[in-house]
Amino acid sequence: MKKVIVIGGGAAGMQAALRLRARGVEPLVVERETETGGKLRGWHVLFPSFTPAGELLSELRRRVRESGIEVLTGATVTAIAPRRVTLSDGRCLACDAVVLATGFTLFDARIKEEYGYGIYDNVVTSADLERMFAQGRVAKADGTAPRRIAFLHCVGSRDEKVCQQHCSRVCCITGVKQAMELRRMFPAADVFNFYMDMRMFGPGYEELYREAQQRCNIHFVRGRISEASPTIDGRLQIKAEDTLTGRPLRMSVDMLVLLVGMRANDDNAALAASAGLARSASGFMAPRDLFLGRVSAPVEGIFYAGTVTAPKTLGETLDEATAAADAAAEYLKA
Amino acid sequence: MARRASWNEYQKQIADDRYYYGRSCIRQNFFPGSEKAFIDILHNDLGRDLLDDPKHSSCTGIGYHSDIVPLETIMTVVARQFSLMNEAGYENFVTSCITSFGVYTEVLATWAEFPETEERTREYLMKATGREFRKPASMAHTSDVMFHFREAIAAKARYRLVNAQTGEPLKVVEHIGCHYAKIFPKSGIGGSEFPYVLAGMVESWGGECVDYPERRHCCGFGFRNYLVQANRGYSIANSHKKLESMAPYKPDFIVANCPGCAMFLDKWQYTIAEMEGTTYGDNGRGIPVLTYEEMAGLVLGYDPWALGMQMHQVDVEPLLDKMGIEYDPAAKYLGANGKYIGKPGAALVNNCAADSVYNIKE
Amino acid sequence: MAIEFGYTISKPRAIDIDRNNLRKSDEILREMPELQTCIGCGSCTAVCTAGNLTSFNFRRVHTLVRRGEYRGAYEEMNKCMLCGKCRLVCPRGINTRGVVLLLKRKLGDF
Repeated sequence: MKKVIVIGGGAAGMQAALRLRARGVEPLVVERETETGGKLRGWHVLFPSFTPAGELLSELRRRVRESGIEVLTGATVTAIAPRRVTLSDGRCLACDAVVLATGFTLFDARIKEEYGYGIYDNVVTSADLERMFAQGRVAKADGTAPRRIAFLHCVGSRDEKVCQQHCSRVCCITGVKQAMELRRMFPAADVFNFYMDMRMFGPGYEELYREAQQRCNIHFVRGRISEASPTIDGRLQIKAEDTLTGRPLRMSVDMLVLLVGMRANDDNAALAASAGLARSASGFMAPRDLFLGRVSAPVEGIFYAGTVTAPKTLGETLDEATAAADAAAEYLKA
Repeated sequence: MARRASWNEYQKQIADDRYYYGRSCIRQNFFPGSEKAFIDILHNDLGRDLLDDPKHSSCTGIGYHSDIVPLETIMTVVARQFSLMNEAGYENFVTSCITSFGVYTEVLATWAEFPETEERTREYLMKATGREFRKPASMAHTSDVMFHFREAIAAKARYRLVNAQTGEPLKVVEHIGCHYAKIFPKSGIGGSEFPYVLAGMVESWGGECVDYPERRHCCGFGFRNYLVQANRGYSIANSHKKLESMAPYKPDFIVANCPGCAMFLDKWQYTIAEMEGTTYGDNGRGIPVLTYEEMAGLVLGYDPWALGMQMHQVDVEPLLDKMGIEYDPAAKYLGANGKYIGKPGAALVNNCAADSVYNIKE
Repeated sequence: MAIEFGYTISKPRAIDIDRNNLRKSDEILREMPELQTCIGCGSCTAVCTAGNLTSFNFRRVHTLVRRGEYRGAYEEMNKCMLCGKCRLVCPRGINTRGVVLLLKRKLGDF
C-alpha cells in the first residue's frame, strides 16, 4: 500500500488522512503537539451556527481512531521532500507523497503596541475570549462583569505596518459571533464593534450580522481604533474616527477584544526552503495554480490542505483537505 | 507603570563618552539652566568629555517645520554641524532639542534611503563653505545620554524622587516630545508607544510614572500652529486636554524631554488659569514642570536657583519642599552675581489673585 | 478679571460616548430597531431630493443621533421633503421616512 505523510493533525490533517484511507492509501499523521486537534482545541463554538467546536473535534478524532489511522504526536518536522520527511530528532520517515496541513500562526497582538495587549488588564484577543467562553467564565481582571465592551476588527490583518497585507477573512464573522455571545452573557452590556469593512462572505454570515445589529443592538462603528490607554478607574480609553460621521470618537470601555488575524505559519519559510517551494508575498505557501491547482505544490508529490496556503474557514479547510487527499491519491495511481 | 517591559525590545546605541553637543535655540530662554546643568553633570559628576562648540548653529528646524527653510537648506546646515564635529575630532553627536533630534534622524534616514540627496548636500556644503563632512558614529538625544547614566546618577543621588515626609514615591507625568520616537520608533528608547527614556530615569531615582489616558498625546506645539496667533486656540487645546486627563492622578510634577513641550506644559497652565480660572495641581496651584536636566540636577543636589528654576511659570517650591531639598527661598530672584533680577507678578497658577499682571522690574 | 489673550481654547469636536446621554438614542432604536442595520451605503443620500440642493445628509444625521449627538438633528429633518425615494433604494429595507418622522417626534427639544 502506498504511504502518505500528512503533516499537521488539525482539522485539515485529520480530514485529509480520513479521505486518503477511504481511497485505499495508508496515511501517517505527524503532529507537533501531544494530541490532535490543532487550533480547534480551545475554541468554544463555531460561526455562523454556534455549533460547539468540541462536537466537530471529537467526531473527527473518533473517525480517525476508528479508521485505525496512525498518528505520531510530539513530532516536529524540519524538512520535507516528496518521498521523505525529516523530524527534529533526526529521524527520516519514508513515504510516497506528502500532504502539508500545518495551518497558520495566530498574529501576536503585542506587536500592535498601541493597544496595550500584555500591558493593560482587560485587553484580550479573540482567542483569549474564546478560551474564556470555553471555560464558561468571562470577566474583567478584577472578576466583575464588563458593562461596555469594544471589539476591534483587523488586528494583524490588512496592516502593512506589521507586514500583514492580507485579509484573514474569518475575523469579521468571529467578531459578530463573539459580540452576540457577550450580549447574551451580559444583557445589560453595550457592545461596540469597530471595523474597516464587514466582510460577510459566507453562507449565513450576512444574516448573522443583521441579527447582531437589529436584534442584539450591537453598535457597529466604521473606523479603526487608534490606541487604547488606561483610565484612573482601571478601564480603557479608546479613540477612533466614526468615519460615517467624519468625526473623531472616544469612549472608555471595560474590555477591549482584539480580533487577531491569521499569519502565515512560522514554519513555512524553513519547510519551503527544504523542498524548494514558493511562498506568496504574505508568507503563505503558494499553490501550483490559483484555479486548477489549488491543493498542489509546484513540486510533484507535495500537496496542501487548509490554511497553510491562505486564511480559510473551517468548512473550506475540510473541503480542501478532501480535495488534497484526492489529488494525492490520483498522483499515486499514476 | 505596570508591566512595561516592552521597552527592552527597543535599544539604541548610546555612546559612553566624547560627545559633540548641539544646543537648542529656545531652551536658553525658557529653562536657562538646563543645558548648563547637562554640561556640568557630564563634566563634573560623570567625568565625561563633551564639547560645547560655539561654532555650531541652529539646526533651522523651526523654520523647516514652518515652511520657511527648504529641505535642501536644512540638510546642508546639518552637514555643516557634522563637519564642525569632524573638525573638532568627535564622532558622537548629541542634541539638546527634540526638534533637532528629529531633524538629524530624518536627514540621516533620508540620506540612507536616497543617497543622491546626500551627494547633493555634499556639493552644496562644499559650494557654500568649502567644507566636507563624515556622518556621526552615533546620534542621540541628550535625554538618551542621561538615561544611559541613570544608575550612575542614582548612585550619587543626594535627594530622591520621594516624598521626604511620607517616604512615598513621587507621582510623575513623563511627556516625550513627538519627534523623539513618533518619526522613527526605533530611534527612541522604548519606541513610540511606551517610551522609557524618561520613565527609566524617574524609576531609577525613586519616583513612579503615571500612565494616564492622554499620555501619548502631543502637547500642541506644532510650530506654525502656535506661532500664528489665529491657530493658538487649538494649539493650547492639546495641552489643555493633557492637563485635564492627568490632573485626577494628582501628579507631583511633569517632566519633559522636549524644549517646546516643557515650555508649553508650564506656560499654558498660566494661560488656562487666567482664561478660565482652572488650575491642575494640588492646593489649587499649577503642576511644576521640569526638564530632565533639572530633575537630574535636583537629584544630584544642585541648587534649584542655579538650575534656573526661578524662570518657571509654575512655582517649583512645593516640589522642592516635598523632596526635602534645602534651598534659600529669598535667593530665588538673585542672579548669579547676587543682583536682583526682577520677579513676575502674582498669578492664579501660583495660588494668587486673578487680577495679577507681570511686573518684571519692581 | 480674565486676561484677553486674543484667542480661546478650542473645544474638542470628538464624539465623547462617555459624556453623551444615549437614552434618547436607545429609545429611538427600541421603536425602530431596523435603523441599526444601516450599512452606510449612502443610497439614501444619493437619491435625496433635499440633499442634492441643501446640506441635508440623512445617513450622517441618523448616525450622529445613534451616537448621542442630537443637536440640530430636528432642524435637519425639517429639510426632508418626505418624497420616499430613500425608502425605495435602501438595500436593508429601512423605513427611512418613518425614521425622519420618529426623529422629529423625539428630538424636538434638542
